[in-house]
Parts: sequence; C-alpha cells; structure tokens
Amino acid sequence: MKKLGPLDIYRHLPKTNCGECGEKTCMAFASQLIERALTLKDCPYLKGKNMEALVKMTAPAVRQVIFGSQSPVKIGGEDVLYRHELTYFNETAIAIDVNDQMGEEELLTRVKYVTDFNHERIGQELTLQAIAVKNTSQNPDIFAECVKKVAENTDKALIYCSFLPESLQAALQVSNDTPLLYAATKETWEQVGNLALEYNCPVVAFADNNLAELKSVVAALQSMGLTHIAVDPGTHPENLSATLNDFVQIRRTSMREDETLNCPIIGIPGAASDPMEEVMAASMMIDRFADLIIFNNIDMFGVLPVITLRQNIYTDPRRPVAVEAGLRTFGEPTKESPLFATTNFALTYYTVASDIESSALNCYLLVFDTEGLGVEASVAGGQLDAYKAKEAMDTAKVAEVVNHTKIIIPGMAARISGELEHLSGWEVMVGPKDSSGIPEFIEKRWEQN
Amino acid sequence: MEIRELIQLLEDTGEIELENVDIFAEELELFMSAAEAAKPAEYRELEYERPLEEYPGEVPVVKFGNTKGEGGTRSHSLYVGGEKTMPFYRFEHENPYKPVIAFDVFDMKIGLAKPVKVHYKEVMEDPAEWAKLCVNKFGADMVTIHLISTDPLIKDTPVSEAVKTVEEVLQAVKVPIIIGGSGNPDKDPEVLEKAAEVAEGERVMLNSASMNLDYKRVAQAAMDHGHVVLSWTQLDINDQKTLNRHLFDMGVQKEDMLIDPTTAALGYGLEYSFSMMERMRLAALKGDKDLQCPIASGTTNAWGAREAWMKEAPTEGETWGDRMKRGPLWEAVSALTLGLAGCNLFMMMCPTSVQLFREMVTQLSEDQETKPAAAWLAGGV
Repeated sequence: MKKLGPLDIYRHLPKTNCGECGEKTCMAFASQLIERALTLKDCPYLKGKNMEALVKMTAPAVRQVIFGSQSPVKIGGEDVLYRHELTYFNETAIAIDVNDQMGEEELLTRVKYVTDFNHERIGQELTLQAIAVKNTSQNPDIFAECVKKVAENTDKALIYCSFLPESLQAALQVSNDTPLLYAATKETWEQVGNLALEYNCPVVAFADNNLAELKSVVAALQSMGLTHIAVDPGTHPENLSATLNDFVQIRRTSMREDETLNCPIIGIPGAASDPMEEVMAASMMIDRFADLIIFNNIDMFGVLPVITLRQNIYTDPRRPVAVEAGLRTFGEPTKESPLFATTNFALTYYTVASDIESSALNCYLLVFDTEGLGVEASVAGGQLDAYKAKEAMDTAKVAEVVNHTKIIIPGMAARISGELEHLSGWEVMVGPKDSSGIPEFIEKRWEQN
Repeated sequence: MEIRELIQLLEDTGEIELENVDIFAEELELFMSAAEAAKPAEYRELEYERPLEEYPGEVPVVKFGNTKGEGGTRSHSLYVGGEKTMPFYRFEHENPYKPVIAFDVFDMKIGLAKPVKVHYKEVMEDPAEWAKLCVNKFGADMVTIHLISTDPLIKDTPVSEAVKTVEEVLQAVKVPIIIGGSGNPDKDPEVLEKAAEVAEGERVMLNSASMNLDYKRVAQAAMDHGHVVLSWTQLDINDQKTLNRHLFDMGVQKEDMLIDPTTAALGYGLEYSFSMMERMRLAALKGDKDLQCPIASGTTNAWGAREAWMKEAPTEGETWGDRMKRGPLWEAVSALTLGLAGCNLFMMMCPTSVQLFREMVTQLSEDQETKPAAAWLAGGV
C-alpha cells in the first residue's frame, strides 16, 4: 500500500457513517483499512468505481499469492520493509521437502510429520504449511506418481518442484489442488506459464542470482496474463551474501511501487548440506523478508528455533508489551490456594499463565507493574524491588484473598526476597527460575509445607 | 453512423486518434479493451535498477584495546562501527568492520547449561585461565570479565580484590577486554571506577552506564582513563536517546561509546531487541546524532530461554531434540538476528554458537565462490 492518509480513502467511501462495518464512522473505517484491521469487504456498500479505486489504492506493496485449496497458504501481502514501520502480515510459510526418489516409508513419514505438526507455544499453535515435492529423478512419470501419493496422504498445500515442464504437467494431470509450480525460467517460462494458465495455479519465477533475468522472467509470465507469481532469486548455502543481497533488493524494489518484482520471495535453506547451517540460513531468511522457505531437516532441534524465530518476527509490534497489572485467578482457587507473583511483561505473563493452565492448578497470580519488563531485567533495572512488590500486594489486598501469608516470587527475583519478607511480614518463597518448574515446586515445596 | 456500427468498428482497433473533436460532457468514461492483452506473450531482456538509498548519517568507528606504542599492553586493537548502510547490504556499500565477539568470563563459579558448561568446567574457579581458554581455544576477539561476586547479595567481594581479577585477566590474555560489574547499582560505580583505574591505558570498555545507577561516575571514569563506555537501557529508544545525550553532554566522545538496548532471548522477546536495534541503526543512518553509536548485545541471555537450557521438553510425550545442538542454535540464531538488525559487538558464551554465527558473518561479508542454485533439485536421494 502506498503511503495513504484516511482522507485519501474516505473520498471513496459512502460517507454515511452507517456503522455496519463495526466502526462508528466512515473515517474510522478508513483508518482501520490503513492499519489493515478491516478489509474493503467489511463495507457492504462499496461497489463500482469506488471499489475499484480502493482495491488499487490499498493493494499491498508485495502482492499476495495463495496456493493450496484445502489448506490455503498465503504468502507475500507485505506493506513495509521493516516490521516496526507497521507490522508484517503473512508469516513466512514453511514447507518441508520430499523427493521422488525416497523410499515410501521415509516419504510418508515426512508427509505425516508436516500434516500432524502442531507445537503450542505461549498460547499460539505453530504449524508447518506445505510440502515441497522435488523431482530429483528428473522423470515425469516417477514424479507424478510421487505427487499423487503425497496428495493422497495430506491436505497440506503442495509445491511441485521441477525445472522440467513435462514433469510439472504430468503431476498436474494426476493431482491439482492449486499447487505452487516451481519453477519457470528464462528457458521454460512459456511452457510453465501455459500450465499455470491451464490449471489455474500460482507459479514461481527463478533466475540464479541475476535480478535482471528474474525481472524478465516475471515480466514474460505477466505478458501471458499471469498475476500470481512468486520469485526465487536462488539460495546459495555456500554464499548466503548473494542470497541476502538479492532478497533485500527485491523487497526494496517492491516498496518502490514496482509492478513486476513486487512478488513474494522464496528461500531454500534445505539446499544446505548441514542441518545446523540450514537453521542459520533459514533464520537469515525469516529476518530478511522471505515469504516462504523450503526446509529439509525435520528433527526438532532444528525446527524449533526456526518456528520460534518466525513467531517472534511476525508478532505484531503494535501489540502492547505489557499486560494489565493486578491479581488474576486460575482455576477455582480457595483461601488456601498458593499465591504466585510475576511481571507484567506480556511474554513473561503468558508463559507463566500457560504453564499454570497446563498443570491445571488452582491458584492466584499477582502481576507486578514492571513497565513491561521481564523478571531479570526489571530486578536489574529497579522496576521491581521489595517496595514495589509490597505496594502491589497491598493494592491487590492479598491478605483478604488468602488466609495464609505466603507469596511465591519468581526464582529470578530471589534478590528481593529478604527485603520483601522484612517489609511485608509474609513468608516469601522463592519459586523456580523458569515457570515450567511450577508443578514440581507445588508438589515438593508447597504441599509439604 | 449508428453506435452499434461504431462499436463494431472499434472492436478490432488498437488505437484511436481523435481530430478536431469537441466533447461536451460532465463525465466521460472510456472503456478500452486492454491493448496489452492483445500483445503476444514474449520474453524481453529487462534492465534491473538497483534500489539504492542515500543515507546522510553514519556510525562512528570505536576502537578497543591499546597496544604498547599507545600506552597499553594489548597485542592489537579492534574496531567496530563505520557503517554507512544496514548490515551486510553489500549491494549498497561495504561496511568496514565485521561484528566482534566477546566471550563472557565470570569471577566466580556460576550455573551454566550443559552445552556451555562442558567447555568451561575445568576453568570456572580461575577467571584468568577461563579467559585464556576463550582466546587460545575458541578464538575470542575480546573477553568480558564480569565481576559478579562484588554484589553485596552474592559474595560482596571487596573492590580491591575485584580489581586484582581484572589485572590477572589483563595479564593472561592480550586481546582487548570489557569489564562488567555485578548489576548492583550501589556498588557498580565504585567497582567500575577502580577497574578503570587499574586498566589505565588499555582502552577497555566499561559495562555499563545506565539510568538506574550513578552513570556519571562510570562515564567519568571511562573518560579519565581513556576507556570506552557502554550506555545501557532497557528496550526503550527514548530512554536510550536521553541517556546518550546526558553522556555526550558530560563530554563523552562519540568514538568512545557503544549502546546496548538489552537483548531478549529467542522466543522471549527477541523481536523487541531486533526492532529496537533496527530502529536505532536506521535512525543513525538517517542522521540522528543521539543514536549514532555502535550497538552491543548480551547475547548470552539467549540461554535464559527454556528451549535453550532445558534437557528436554517439560511436557511429557513431546521432544525438543538434541540439546547439544538446540541450545547452541538458540544463542547463534539470536546473534544472527541481532547482527542483521545492526548489532556490532556480541557478548557470547557457547563456542559452538560462536562458530555458527562466525560462519554466517564470514559468508555475509566476504565474496565466496557460487555454485548453481538450481542444483538443489538435481541431487538424488
């Protein structure tokens, strides 16, 4: 989206302030549109020329491409280079690769891995989005058979990966759930482009570390009337400088309202031969604008840092850092239930809360106002000290909530325990350094007490 | 002519030229079939114009360590800063210095996660030996001696004893060093003041001056003894600007200061540190003098993440994979992420993490031979 003000948008709105979009006024709707909190479809009265104008005006700087019908994957659609400028919208999709020379058991294991993958982390479910099927055999029939087998065993979106148009065609003939076609090149753009048209699939343009050629391939595909195009400028696990610089240039070009290279970017860390290096390459790509990555290693030591980084980078920076301070209850606590304390840094709070919830504990949690800092940082910076803790206990009237005088503070705040005991007259128990230790703490320290 | 005929005539028309025509209308709408679509599909060799930015500002160069001729005893000096563009944007500009890695050494035995501990368990009682190991075995660019035992709530080591540790470390290794306090705001100024004195001439960095202690004493000590000072704040760009301004007003020179906006671990707020550093570096390039400083990170904080230090997932039936790989990756990914955002100096701990991060830095800052990218589809099983 270009730099727009609400007024630019307002001009094309009905100006009736009907409120059906959920906003009180059309001007408020315009602001929400810019923030992308609402979409044009939320206004029931937009049509005709105004709708057309707005569609064009509000189109994201990077085109959004969708592949997969059963489980659609959205890539691109970004509006800013750096996340602090607004936010990123579609998180980097992660595809796991398989190839058509794998034994059936390995193939199906990997397909099942992607299909079932679900890692819960701080209240969010982290998943994998797609399976990239590689035509390493270079044989269209073998490829088609492999694609068929994969498609039969998953509802995840697929990427058909071959530089041979005849292989892509053979695979499309056996299965077409709107896969992403990888890839059209300087040599094959017309054949692959025709397949994309015929089967109505999005397509990837590929050129190896040559952005002029990449742009030419995209333009050639566009000249056929195709618009759903992603780009792969080539991943060089032995020379990631080339890959990084290509990614950065493509994304910067998108931000300059370029109508050709404003495409989602694909990176292939799976090309690395070492699983640790693969994680590093994938991380670089997530930090620097990749919209889809194709990953190989399915051991959790490698997948976990990658999905965690993605969760971090794609967190909306407009989301508040702090949660509200005060007393919370979990389950159905009684006057005898334990009283925990933590900080109001959102991540600390949600981590503690999810640990308490998953252990089905009935308890109270006193949230200190640490100005949105975590435990260690706020103790170091003075946002959490014994005086502030005592004040929070008084404000929350904890003495009326429980009939014991014990408070469990985070292990990382052990430093304030002595002074807090002195100030409050309560027994200050030093809890675990990590809230995952809460169940054990309760069993060993609280219940024995 | 009937309109119908006119429309028929227009159907196969690519272009219309109107001559001597006056049009009277309030609104005129012309719907033309797109001429582009009629063009045959074709491949044309297009030019690509590099999307370069011109930045008015740049980051000053800061030097660590003085050699004999300069009044110190370091074998060499190190430099950070000098950026004219974002890190590793080599299409735009070649930034002069690679990131520098300082290994953490503590003046007492501390608890460490297993993947880190295996490397240090023999030397944890002896900071000088610990420092040597970091330099000789793991190739540390710098060493940070953290005087954590000075904290009255830990061991309350007297300042006179703490500075002896500093001297021992300076004797043991010849790389530039960083001196850290315990984080106790009452004691740190005194500790760092005395440490600055004994390290006179060595051009160390004092870690750190912050809002919650008497930063003037720390900064003054750095100025009096020719050291660099680290200006530390907590994930707040305005606080960082304010503190920097105070320090500059005191007379700290821009060549003598780094900033540390706080490092949160991967999975536990890394994005705050990432965006903070990115904003700070972009502001510096755009000319914001308050933020024109090289950036430092306590990357070792990554080990605070449970996914880094825990042996296995706390939930039964779930696996997090080999901790000896997972843990080091946690620190390395944190370092890389902040390195891409603009961080120059990394205080790290695990040699495996450092190695992974270094390999990335080498790749991202040097020319390497390039193999065909299409090969990823050629390989067999």
